[in-house]
Amino acid sequence: MEISSRGLITQIHGMLFGAFFLLAIFAVAVELWRTVYETEPRVLSGTGRSMERLYLIGTALIGWAAVLTGAYIVYPWYRAIPPVGVVSLAQFPQALLKSSPTTAGWHSLGMEWKEHIAWFAPIAMTMVAYVSIKYGSSIRKHRQLRNALLVFVLVAFFAAGVAGYFGAEIDDHAPVQGGSTAIHWMGGSH
Amino acid sequence: MNSPSPHNPSAVPTAVVSDLPNGPGAAAILSAGLGCFLLSVFAVLADASKPVTKFFTYYVPTGPLSGVTTTAILLWLLTWFVLARMWRHRTVALVKINVAAFVFLLLGILLTFPPFADLLLRK
Repeated sequence: MEISSRGLITQIHGMLFGAFFLLAIFAVAVELWRTVYETEPRVLSGTGRSMERLYLIGTALIGWAAVLTGAYIVYPWYRAIPPVGVVSLAQFPQALLKSSPTTAGWHSLGMEWKEHIAWFAPIAMTMVAYVSIKYGSSIRKHRQLRNALLVFVLVAFFAAGVAGYFGAEIDDHAPVQGGSTAIHWMGGSH
Repeated sequence: MNSPSPHNPSAVPTAVVSDLPNGPGAAAILSAGLGCFLLSVFAVLADASKPVTKFFTYYVPTGPLSGVTTTAILLWLLTWFVLARMWRHRTVALVKINVAAFVFLLLGILLTFPPFADLLLRK
C-alpha cells in the first residue's frame, strides 16, 4: 500500500482541508439558520463564546489552508508542462486531461472554474467569522446583517462544493503523482 | 444578548455590544462582495490578454492565478480597512449595501464560470 508524496499532499489539500472546510461551513449555515427561528436569545458562558470564536476562526483558517496549499503546492504540479519527447503524461495531469476530448472538459470547465471560485469561500467565511464575533448574539437585532451572513455562507458552501467536486473528479481522471518519496502504509511491499 | 443568570453566572452583560452600529458589519460585507467580484474580473482579464497574464504572474509555477488572487485579496483587505474606518461609528443603509454585495457576488460567480467568461471574450 503506497502513495506518492505528491499524492499525499494533494489528499491533505482536498480531503483534510477542503472536505473539513465544507463540513465546517455547513455547520455555520445550520447555526445561522437556527437563529432565524430563535425566540429567546441564547446565553453562552465565557468558555462557550471562546469556543464559538475558535470554531469560526478555525473554519476560516482551514479555508485559507485549502486554497493556499492548492494554489501554491498542488496546482504547480498539476499545470507542469511536459518536456519535449515525453511519452507518458501520467505526471502532467493538465496535459493528460487536455490530450483527450473525453477528458479535456475536466480542465477547461472543472479546473478553470475551481481555481477561481474556490477563493470566494475563505473570503466569505473570514467576513462571516469577523461579523459573527464582532456582533455576537446581538446579531439577532441586526436582521439584515444576519441575512447577509446567511447568503455569504451559502455562497461559500457552493464555492467550496464546486471546488471539492471538480477537485475529486480531476484527481480521479488525472491524479497528481510523483515526488521524491513514496510513502508506504501498513507495512506494504516496498 | 447575554446576561448573568443563575444558570450561567459567567455570562457578561453585552448591552454595549448590542448597541453597535451596523457600519463595521456593512464594511465587511460590502468589501467581501467586492473582493470576490474583483477576483473574477482579474481572472477574465488575465484570460483575455497576454500582457495581463504576464503582469499577474507573480509566482511562475502557479502562473497568473498567483497575481489574480493576491491582488484581489489585497484590494479586498484595503477596501475593508477603509470602509471600516469610515463606518465604524455609523449606521448605514444596510439593505442597499447588501444588495450591492449580492450583485457583486452574483457577477463574481458568473464571471468565474468558464462558459460565461468565454461568451464575454467571444472565445
